[in-house]
Amino acid sequence: MSTDVTDKVPAAAPPGGSGGSSSSGGGLLQLVLDGLRRNMRQYGMLIALGLIVVLFQVWTDGDLLLPRNVSNLVLQNSYILILAIGMMLVIIAGHIDLSVGSLTAFIGAFAAVLTVENDVAWPLALVLCLVVGAVAGSIQGFLIAYLGIPSFIVTLAGMLLFRGMTEILLEGQTLGPFPDGLQKLGNGFLPESGPDTNYHNITLLLGFVLLAFVLLQEVRERRRSLEFDLEVAPRSLFLLKLVAISAAIITLTMLLASYKGAPVILLVLGVLVVGYGYVMRNAVFGRHIYAIGGNLPAAKLSGVKDKKVTFYVFLNMGVLAALAGLVVAARLNAASPKAGTNFELEAIASAFIGGASMSGGVGTVLGAIIGGLVLGVLNNGMNLLSVGTDWQQVIKGLALLAAVGFDVWNKRRVGS
Amino acid sequence: MAGPVLEMRSIVKTFPGVKALSDVTLTVRQGEVHAICGENGAGKSTLMKVLSGVHPHGTYEGDILFEGKPCSFKDIRASEQRGIVIIHQELALVPFLSIAENIFLGNEHASGGFINWNDTLKHATELLRRVGLTDHPETRIADIGVGKQQLVEIAKALSKEVKLLILDEPTAALNDEDSGKLLELILELKKQGITSIIISHKLNEIRRVADSVTILRDGRTIETLDVKAESTTEDRIISGMVGRDLDHRFPDRTPFEGEKEAAPALEIRNWTVHHPIDQQRKVVDDVSIHVRRGEIVGIAGLMGAGRTELAMSVFGRTYGRHAGGTVLKDGREIRTKTVAQAVEHGIAYVTEDRKHYGLNLIDTINRNISLSALGKVARRGIVDEQEERQVAEGFRKSMNIKAPTVFEPVGKLSGGNQQKVVLSKWIFAGPDVLLLDEPTRGIDVGAKFEIYTVIDQLAAQGKAVVFISSELPELLGMCDRIYTMAAGRLTGEVSRAEATQEVLMRQMTKDKEVSR
Repeated sequence: MSTDVTDKVPAAAPPGGSGGSSSSGGGLLQLVLDGLRRNMRQYGMLIALGLIVVLFQVWTDGDLLLPRNVSNLVLQNSYILILAIGMMLVIIAGHIDLSVGSLTAFIGAFAAVLTVENDVAWPLALVLCLVVGAVAGSIQGFLIAYLGIPSFIVTLAGMLLFRGMTEILLEGQTLGPFPDGLQKLGNGFLPESGPDTNYHNITLLLGFVLLAFVLLQEVRERRRSLEFDLEVAPRSLFLLKLVAISAAIITLTMLLASYKGAPVILLVLGVLVVGYGYVMRNAVFGRHIYAIGGNLPAAKLSGVKDKKVTFYVFLNMGVLAALAGLVVAARLNAASPKAGTNFELEAIASAFIGGASMSGGVGTVLGAIIGGLVLGVLNNGMNLLSVGTDWQQVIKGLALLAAVGFDVWNKRRVGS
Repeated sequence: MAGPVLEMRSIVKTFPGVKALSDVTLTVRQGEVHAICGENGAGKSTLMKVLSGVHPHGTYEGDILFEGKPCSFKDIRASEQRGIVIIHQELALVPFLSIAENIFLGNEHASGGFINWNDTLKHATELLRRVGLTDHPETRIADIGVGKQQLVEIAKALSKEVKLLILDEPTAALNDEDSGKLLELILELKKQGITSIIISHKLNEIRRVADSVTILRDGRTIETLDVKAESTTEDRIISGMVGRDLDHRFPDRTPFEGEKEAAPALEIRNWTVHHPIDQQRKVVDDVSIHVRRGEIVGIAGLMGAGRTELAMSVFGRTYGRHAGGTVLKDGREIRTKTVAQAVEHGIAYVTEDRKHYGLNLIDTINRNISLSALGKVARRGIVDEQEERQVAEGFRKSMNIKAPTVFEPVGKLSGGNQQKVVLSKWIFAGPDVLLLDEPTRGIDVGAKFEIYTVIDQLAAQGKAVVFISSELPELLGMCDRIYTMAAGRLTGEVSRAEATQEVLMRQMTKDKEVSR
């Protein structure tokens, strides 16, 4: 299980996107270049991520991709990635959510009050936390969707409100430690079984099951397109894509399996990415989010229930923020009044680096993940190089500017 | 007549993947009104963008000579300094600034960075007088109508010492009265020695104001005609534009002969709607109309007659505040309080403003087409992309939507092709009743014919069609029956046989006291 798994999403983007190239016989390299040029927006950030990884791999003398560090990287960034998924939906719908950082802290505090102070069983606490997140999200969603208060204002208020409530709940103290079960969510790894192979067996198994699933999915989609007599990418390009996906999945699986195995949260994240990616691409609900973000009046006149969609987008953001809050608290093994500070900004930055547009209607779940990983690798790499947080912020700011600047430049180059 | 003031020679302009202009030559004489016409996508707007520096020198091939001197504009400012001013189809005015502020926007009467208001207002008043406006220059742009806004644009152009004025479809959004005023003004400016280039779809306008007309087709100059010459008829211009003789501009329609006994597919009874903000004002006042299956019923009316408001308020109450009236489908009363209900009852509304209300311009053709009926290509909430794509491909072929694939963003298509996408979207929804609001606005003659053909086929398949249009010839050519509206009320109903432009116009301009 890995986030790279979801390479599938841009790769599976409309095969017709490369329709024109099917006739040209300019060789494989030419085809790849053509494909890249046409889908600059989709692949640009993936390539940038690859470059950043290679760069830091060299600078840190190979420390970046040590199995232990890869594991760490996943654990460190999981909550931002979870938030980024929800934020991507919010931004595609044409809104913004500034409250997620505070909500994250609030849920952490709530979880601590439940499990540490009142000895509530952790599975029950987990469910209660998610419900509270849903309630918080739906209140904001109601104000935004049905009362028409701008999301910027509502969530700015929420940001202050949830932060204040966190401090009230914790009385300014740090509360911990959490029960073991909850800790696993932030720090744990998948259990191991079977013979000693020097690798983590379950992780290997999961990795290969996943690989088989993805490849099968790709082949099936291609076959269906052909069945419907629709144009598809040329065979050589398709094979290359399969090879690339396989290499990515196998590499990550091996890296994780040679340490403690796949972190629990990676499994959760994987499910979220695949699930949300699928919803945004294939579900009617996802389509409606794109439609209201792209042109709200037209969506309304097409019978899209825009208010309902907006409401659920914020409700969903609340649930994901709650999940992220649990993960953060579990990872730190304590609820702190200052937890989650600036998380909303990191999530928003991830979405924009990953190709979202200020005006809404554009973006993919995978983009948000790539954007989050760009920030995450920068963070981790700079930590390994002992760069201070002062310079880290400067560099991350520049990365955001560069990514969005590239996007704007690219759009102008294509001519619109 | 005087010599050429502008010569554009062998202009070639390519965008990635498309050759927008492949060889255009244009010669405009000093002091004339020169019309440019051609189908959508023929390259008219691109040509004017090349001329005015929107596409800077170096991004195109060919030479431009203005007043005998070569031009190499790097931006709009450079062309304006030479006296070439373009007024775009979409007006470029700031709604919450005053008329005067808009006129001098970017060109303020200021000293040391501070605006000299007395000077500004004095000049603005003078300019407004030249274009025939009596409004106070401190009036906000948002508070005057589109017709006046257009005149403010011209005043703005005059403030820049314009020598060559380019108007891109200036009357597209105007009613007949405002159009008339604008055309008069162009002739007036001509007397003052200002040369104009006017891009227009409306051939009667061209005949009224233009001295010569250049016809573009597929990015090439086809010919330049002297409008005043006997041989230059509307049909002559049209055949130049489409490259074929158009014996008829409308498909041959077999007039509707359905059973008059059956209940109409859609009947609207005593429909009254109030203005959304000014709730005292009746925008639609006690209107009753009906349409049968297989019938095309027109609604004629001038701007402000309440036609769009009628259609939109019936279609899910998307306009105004409903104050009374019922909707019957096949004789049974139905609820159309939301768009979803209206769609469920088999009603479709094709908007007059496709860019704002019809399409998600940043999304692809296939996803726009499927949006209003996603359920048809989805199982348990999951869209079947292959099926969706196949549906879209089907429409691309049957509607002749000119695009390389259905994954093209709709925003990149020409107006006519965008309109075909909107129509496809609503045909895909499978309605029994189609409310078509200005379905051929702003699109070229060739595409119009294609859309008429589609409408005709829809009626032949037994759909009921309500056809709202400002163009009387098209109503006369297409409809079995025509209602007329004025100031929110129904003022007449004319059968195909009785209908003439004169009859309709008389009813469309009926005053309240006359009809009451």
